[in-house]
Amino acid sequence: MIPLSWYLLLSAVLFCLGVAGFLIKRNLITVFMSIELMLNAVNLSFVTFAHQWHAVKGQIFVFFVMMVAAAEAAVGLAIIIAVFRVRQTLAVDRIDLMKL
Amino acid sequence: MNGSLDLLLIPVLPFAGFLLNGLLGRGLPKWLVGTIALLAPLASFAVVLRAALAVWGIGSTTPALPYVETCPIPWIDTGTLHIDFSFVLDQLSLVMLLIVTGVGFLIHIYSVGYMGEEEGYWRFFAYLNLFLFFMTVLVLGGNALLMFVGWEGVGLASYLLIGFWLHKKSAADAGYKAFIVNRIGDFGFLIGLFLLLANFGTLTFAEIASKLEANPGWQGGALTAIALCLLVGAAGKSAQLPLYVWLPDAMEGPTPVSALIHAATMVTAGVYMIVRTHFLFDRSPFALAVVAIVGAATALFAATIGLVQTDIKRVLAYSTVSQLGYMFLGCGVAAYSAAIFHLVTHAFFKALLFLSAGSVIHAMGGEQDMRKMGGLRKSLPVTFWCMTAAVLAIGGFFPFAGFFSKDAILYAAFLHGTGGKVLWFVGFVTALLTSFYMFRLWYLTFLGEPRSEAPHHHATPASMWSVCVILALLSIFGGWIGFGDGLGRLGAFLSPVTGIRAAETGAGNLELYLSIAAVAMAALGWWIADRLYRQRPQRPAELAASLVGPYRVLSNKYYVDEFYRATFVKPLMGISTYVLDWMVDKALLGGGVWVLAGIAKFFGAILQRWQSGNLRSYAGWLAAGAAAVLLFILLPWSSLLATWFGIHLNWGGH
Amino acid sequence: MRLAPTASDGTMYLILFIVFAGFCLAGAVNLLLQRHPINSALSLIVVMTSLAVLYLLLGAEFLAAAQVIVYAGAIMVLFTFVVMLLNAGREERTLGSRAAKTLGFPAVVVILALVATVIVKATGLHGAMLSDGITSTVDLSRVLFRELLLPFEVTSVLVLVAILGAVALARSAGGERTAGK
Repeated sequence: MIPLSWYLLLSAVLFCLGVAGFLIKRNLITVFMSIELMLNAVNLSFVTFAHQWHAVKGQIFVFFVMMVAAAEAAVGLAIIIAVFRVRQTLAVDRIDLMKL
Repeated sequence: MNGSLDLLLIPVLPFAGFLLNGLLGRGLPKWLVGTIALLAPLASFAVVLRAALAVWGIGSTTPALPYVETCPIPWIDTGTLHIDFSFVLDQLSLVMLLIVTGVGFLIHIYSVGYMGEEEGYWRFFAYLNLFLFFMTVLVLGGNALLMFVGWEGVGLASYLLIGFWLHKKSAADAGYKAFIVNRIGDFGFLIGLFLLLANFGTLTFAEIASKLEANPGWQGGALTAIALCLLVGAAGKSAQLPLYVWLPDAMEGPTPVSALIHAATMVTAGVYMIVRTHFLFDRSPFALAVVAIVGAATALFAATIGLVQTDIKRVLAYSTVSQLGYMFLGCGVAAYSAAIFHLVTHAFFKALLFLSAGSVIHAMGGEQDMRKMGGLRKSLPVTFWCMTAAVLAIGGFFPFAGFFSKDAILYAAFLHGTGGKVLWFVGFVTALLTSFYMFRLWYLTFLGEPRSEAPHHHATPASMWSVCVILALLSIFGGWIGFGDGLGRLGAFLSPVTGIRAAETGAGNLELYLSIAAVAMAALGWWIADRLYRQRPQRPAELAASLVGPYRVLSNKYYVDEFYRATFVKPLMGISTYVLDWMVDKALLGGGVWVLAGIAKFFGAILQRWQSGNLRSYAGWLAAGAAAVLLFILLPWSSLLATWFGIHLNWGGH
Repeated sequence: MRLAPTASDGTMYLILFIVFAGFCLAGAVNLLLQRHPINSALSLIVVMTSLAVLYLLLGAEFLAAAQVIVYAGAIMVLFTFVVMLLNAGREERTLGSRAAKTLGFPAVVVILALVATVIVKATGLHGAMLSDGITSTVDLSRVLFRELLLPFEVTSVLVLVAILGAVALARSAGGERTAGK
């Protein structure tokens, strides 16, 4: 018997690790990966609450989140590739102009 | 609607003429512009005539005077102050209106001929109609504020018409000068209005008069102040000392303008205003004395300047200032009917003088210097005889118009105590001077040998000489309305408004002797002019050479303009440039704006560094923002604050 | 066939949770600590698969499968692919951001503290056990394809749009290059 609050705590910790990664990492792709980590953490808390209240809709929301994450990853990586083509660098600090 | 006199039409018809000619005139053919411009004052005159006939008992109903028409649209309607657009017709305004619309109409006819070749024909007539509109509003105004509207409006029309020839710098400058000097007078008028409002709570003339009647013991003090302020306004508009300087310069405008505005109607507005508010002046002997002294001094002063002027219109301008001085003198000795009488006759002969001078100038192709004229009697016979009639009238010869009115004023002055006798003497001497310089003008212009070739002697158009003839007839016979005891018919007509003065109903003999003396002085003036300008034409030059000093002072108009320029104009321009322009405008305001812009730029620069494009910095701020929001939501602020304050209080308690 | 819960089930549950939660955390921390992006990608895959197991422990069967197939199997593969394509090397030392350090880390700590406090103080949370409240795919699909049909269709359109966008982005840049030459 595990208290559900442990799941939630795990989710919170993962989320904060994601934010920290966003702040620390210098590679554009790695930053993007931290975002994915944040999304997953949130998914975990959704599933936890779906279990709490026996609500299927919680899981369906997770399903939608996954879909959106997939679409976002596709487009985001395409953008990163386009940026790399022009700037020839993936360092976050070097890409600081709106005009490529 | 039989009883209604339709007073509202009197100003509205010229205004309609102004709108039509002003908005559409540029594209209309000249005959149409002229027709519209003539119909407006004619229709206005017709309404006035109908009212006059009704008042004299002819017509269906005889309205009771004063007859008040109030426009139903309210004007100012606050708690304590109620001012309406009310038009009042009484004997005084009826006389003024007949002059304004009648002489105005005649001058409109004259202008059709005189201004026939002008390009701005439509503009001229639009402005003339505008002037008539404002002048009628001034005369008909039942309260001081509506009169002030007309007052300002005629000043505006005067400015527009003086500067009619836009491209001539001297004309534009003269327009400025007229308007600005008038404004100084208007300032006095405004102060007077404020004082009236403060002391009486109302600006309607009838109410003020009745309030004064209810308090017979109220004299001097505030009333003197009000009267003096109104006098300043009148002095500005009617070109008295020290605000007369604009009138000679106003001769830059076309001659019909000089005739209408600067002889017959606008400049007499000051006199009209004083007579209209005479109940105020009556309560302040001091103010009346000031009025009389100003009038007499101006009359003499202007006459002396007029002795040596060489421009025909300048002579007439100074003559106007001088005659206005007579009218002020009349007001100052409380002979209001006499002043109005002189106003009426002056309108006739002065307008005629100007219009005849216009014919002369027109025939001489624009030449205005009398030293170049001469012998025009042969080529302009009608103008010559009309001018002769006018000169005799202004000289005060029996039985022409000027004789009766000028004598009435001088007689009233003589009877007004010892000061009055001094004033009488001044007026007496001025009559000599007036006669002299008018006959000088007459000799130089019409008699003798021509001193220059006139470029074209084309005949004066019928529109011009017919008007001169009508005015000449009025100048010859117009004086008889004031003949008899107490100014005859005119005096009797005006008496309900101006009050009967004992002076005007005096015994005959003294008056007779004084009149004979005045005529004798006028004849003396004629004789001197004859000696100098006909019998010995080289004498004037010799006299001028021997009396160089006085001659130079006179011909430079006592250097008054130069004095004003040095004392008022230059310092004001200096203040404008250094204080207002440099200090206030550039330094203070410009500096203030610069500082504000600097602050905005400064903060902008700070904020600009925040938008660095650095992703991690943005992320940091995002996280901080999220933490702040969470803090705000999740913490129980009320209990936290309570415990913090509770702890604090506990510590403090010990 | 569902068996009745026994006492050892709870322990089993606890062990499973601790192991896979530990993998999650380890993977996440490793994501942060690694210099090379490919290592970070692989750590993230570890995190995702651990999460799939945790979903199973919470009774979400379908989601566990979807997590592995979609997230770990497609998205992370895509990430890895891009990392290899762009030949992203070790991270270089670049200028940091003062704001990120001074504001960001305290903010993260604060967020964590707050959320943790809320979670710990929350009452009324049930416990979780093995074979407890398993959601079958039938139930899931029942809700998904009936009530939430519209969002489902819209999501598919979203994915389509994303694909088109990605193709356009990747192609137009290349197309311009060739046209420029």
